[in-house]
Amino acid sequence: MTHFIDIGALDDIPRQGARVVRVASGCIAVFRTATDRVYAIEDRCPHKGGPLSEGIVHGQAVTCPLHAMVFDLNTGQAQGADAGQVRTFAARVEGGRILLDAALMARQSAA
Amino acid sequence: MTQKLVVIGAGMASGRMLEHLFAIAPHAFDVTLFNAEARGNYNRIMLSPVLSGEKVFADIVTHDADWYATRGVDCRFGEAVVKIDRANRVVYSNTGGVPYERLVIATGSAPFIIPVPGKDLAGVCTYRDLEDTNAMIAAAKPGAKAVVIGGGLLGLEAAAGMALRGAEVTVIHLMGHLMERQLDPAAGYLLQRDLEAKGIRVHCKGATKAILGTDRVEAVLLEDGTVYDADLVCFAVGIRPETRLANDAHLEVNRGIVVNDQLTTSDPAIFAIGECVEHEKQLFGLVAPLYDQAKVLAATLAGQHAVFAPVQTATKLKVTGVDLFSAGDFADGPGREDIVFRDPGRGIYKRLILEGNRLLGAVMYGDTTDGAWFFGLIKDGTDISDMRDTLIFGPAFAGGPRPDPLAAVAALPPEAEICGCNGVCKGRIVDAIGAGATTLDLMRTATKASASCGTCTGLVEQVMALTLGDGFSANANPPICKCTDHTHEDVRRLIKSMGLKSIPAVMQELGWTTIGGCASCRPALNYYLIADWPTEYVDDRQSRFVNERNHANIQKDGTYSVVPRMWGGVTTPAELRAIADAADKYNVPMVKVTGGQRIDLLGVRKEDLPAMWSDLNAAGMVSGHAYSKGLRTVKTCVGTEFCRFGTQDSTGLGIRLEKLLWGSWAPAKVKLGVSGCPRNCAEATCTDIGVVCVDSGYEISVAGAAGMDVKETEFLIKATTEAEVMEIIAAFVQLYRENARYLHRIYKWVTKVGLDWCREQIADPARRRALYDRFMLSQSIYQKDPWAEHAAEPAVWAPIADFTLRAAE
Repeated sequence: MTHFIDIGALDDIPRQGARVVRVASGCIAVFRTATDRVYAIEDRCPHKGGPLSEGIVHGQAVTCPLHAMVFDLNTGQAQGADAGQVRTFAARVEGGRILLDAALMARQSAA
Repeated sequence: MTQKLVVIGAGMASGRMLEHLFAIAPHAFDVTLFNAEARGNYNRIMLSPVLSGEKVFADIVTHDADWYATRGVDCRFGEAVVKIDRANRVVYSNTGGVPYERLVIATGSAPFIIPVPGKDLAGVCTYRDLEDTNAMIAAAKPGAKAVVIGGGLLGLEAAAGMALRGAEVTVIHLMGHLMERQLDPAAGYLLQRDLEAKGIRVHCKGATKAILGTDRVEAVLLEDGTVYDADLVCFAVGIRPETRLANDAHLEVNRGIVVNDQLTTSDPAIFAIGECVEHEKQLFGLVAPLYDQAKVLAATLAGQHAVFAPVQTATKLKVTGVDLFSAGDFADGPGREDIVFRDPGRGIYKRLILEGNRLLGAVMYGDTTDGAWFFGLIKDGTDISDMRDTLIFGPAFAGGPRPDPLAAVAALPPEAEICGCNGVCKGRIVDAIGAGATTLDLMRTATKASASCGTCTGLVEQVMALTLGDGFSANANPPICKCTDHTHEDVRRLIKSMGLKSIPAVMQELGWTTIGGCASCRPALNYYLIADWPTEYVDDRQSRFVNERNHANIQKDGTYSVVPRMWGGVTTPAELRAIADAADKYNVPMVKVTGGQRIDLLGVRKEDLPAMWSDLNAAGMVSGHAYSKGLRTVKTCVGTEFCRFGTQDSTGLGIRLEKLLWGSWAPAKVKLGVSGCPRNCAEATCTDIGVVCVDSGYEISVAGAAGMDVKETEFLIKATTEAEVMEIIAAFVQLYRENARYLHRIYKWVTKVGLDWCREQIADPARRRALYDRFMLSQSIYQKDPWAEHAAEPAVWAPIADFTLRAAE
């Protein structure tokens, strides 16, 4: 069963925006859509390493700020003609708090 | 043998339950019915037409005194139950106890009242029962001012009802759009527009701070400082299950009274039904599931087996003239897809939410005729893969052939009107093509078709494509992006002519085919709205490209570069020290002199930006906007101050121009140069706007470039005083801001509109002055230092959580 960790309030992320969670292995971009859905994906574009958390969020997709590759937040899959995928992580909202898959943090405490 | 059944609450759920019970087990129960309200069951959801005056109370009574008498119901109306004695199975009111064998709790819900100062003043009401309705009817006299707090289903019905009685009504809603639980932002926008057309004022994102008044309510104060006068305030912010009796009796209660599939509480002799119950963690506010509960509970009481399984429910708003339908789940989600239909002219919006081959939800506004059909598909989980192509058009087209986009146009007769603005029919367009109008621009010149509002552009192109076949390459000027068929020029024109003042408004009225646009159209729309409605539109930071959102230039490794403004390229030892200190303090890996006569600090971490900005602000420096589509730099030479050839004070003029223009947003970056003599040391003749000083005054030239294209500026106009230079350049920048396509530099825009046209606008003193005034109006709002603004909130620039730090602790 997935364990979840509270990383902050939903209101800490603007609608159609993102914030970053720093973990030992890098950064996770946590997105909030216009309809208050929350997604967590690796904050690193497979193309040239762009911080996806700084991209423009539209619908359930984000456009990388460096070279405009578009990723589906559900699957992490690059859209259109581009190839590539970023990792996605379980995230949900409960009582206005954002919960993230705890395995992300656990990995480095074991190390 | 009859059983003793006591029912607490004579609302819609228990009323329907009794109907079923008397039908399936006519003589099995001896019923006592308590009700705190001094009346029997009526159709509570029809209070809205009573409030609006479209019905009277008698019309909505469902069970009258005769009905109860015929069935031998002992009615205790106006008698509130105060206690349930479970051990002895007795229910107590103030007049005494009534024993029961079976007990049904149907206490419904209580309106939620926000705990703000003034909530207990006279003139504050909720919207729940006939007393509330009568209070609103009494208060809603023509000219009276009413404020409704809460823009959900109930609040809007209260608002519309009072408005229909002539009151001036304001709705205050906490969320970004009305009825956010039932509608998406696009439908919420249409609803708000229709309500505003009915004279109801809507204030979204409004948090109530206090209700003001001495003896009775006088006004409502919001957190943002807005004050609305009010003779009556109605709270419609939500309901909560009325569970006090159940709590006191130690039944299991969470948010509501917990019941199982048979509506039985934690006590097998006690049942609960209606808005007071919680079933599988779910509460119920709409009537359809309550009626299902009524059926199941009647069967349970009659000894039959029945299971309550809540089904999807649909919502309709009972406001005359507002056509709205929402059903199922319409939130975005993994694997969910949208089909969107918009008809801006008729104010129609339909959105279907699909998951795989099933329809999951539907939101419709303006035309809800197919609502029931969609609702059926949602409830039945019908596989819609065969009819997906035409699904949005409803049952009339279900499973029909794929529509050929050109077939409809081909079928039009020659006299069919294509362009409504200019009265151009299909035949004239075909004739004009024969006469040589083979491109859209030629067609517009020849017939004016699609040359006014532009909404028929696609149709004109289809006629041309049909007539010319492969000879027609549609759209030399492509649409903004794949979210729309409109070009940048069309959108700019329509934003102005239709008075569109928000991104959702543009997307709705101009028929965007996506939800939330994309990274191409959103920044463009945000700019157009800023430029056209400087005092009304509020900049949408999330529609900005990263550099403008973060007020720094992102670098390839995700760090940023920071460039403070150096007016006219002039700095001081103190500023240089502050820059050097900042470079040391934040470990800046590279300090570089830019081509724009200032200093760039490269490689700054995002979370260090606010602190660095504070330090630079403290030394008197502001953002250089080196990242913006807007004024960048004004390069100068030293002019008459020091140079032996200088003819004017080019440095001073450059500084004054930069102080005039900084902070303004533009379609693309704007760079200036001011040279003190024709030797042109400031390179003012290969930039967007250049001034070359001569003995007799100032030569202003524009539309140069030294980037992807290299181009010399072209002479625009000559000025004799500095004041004149300032007015001309501000007016020219404003002309560009108002007319150019997003991301077009000045030279591209001038090529399109022609330098002569620009000169005409600028040379005419009245037009120039008006442009200048509009520029200054915009500057009154946008000329502010973004660094100072954002440095105040450093926390939001850092990660929301940092687990690398936690591990180290």
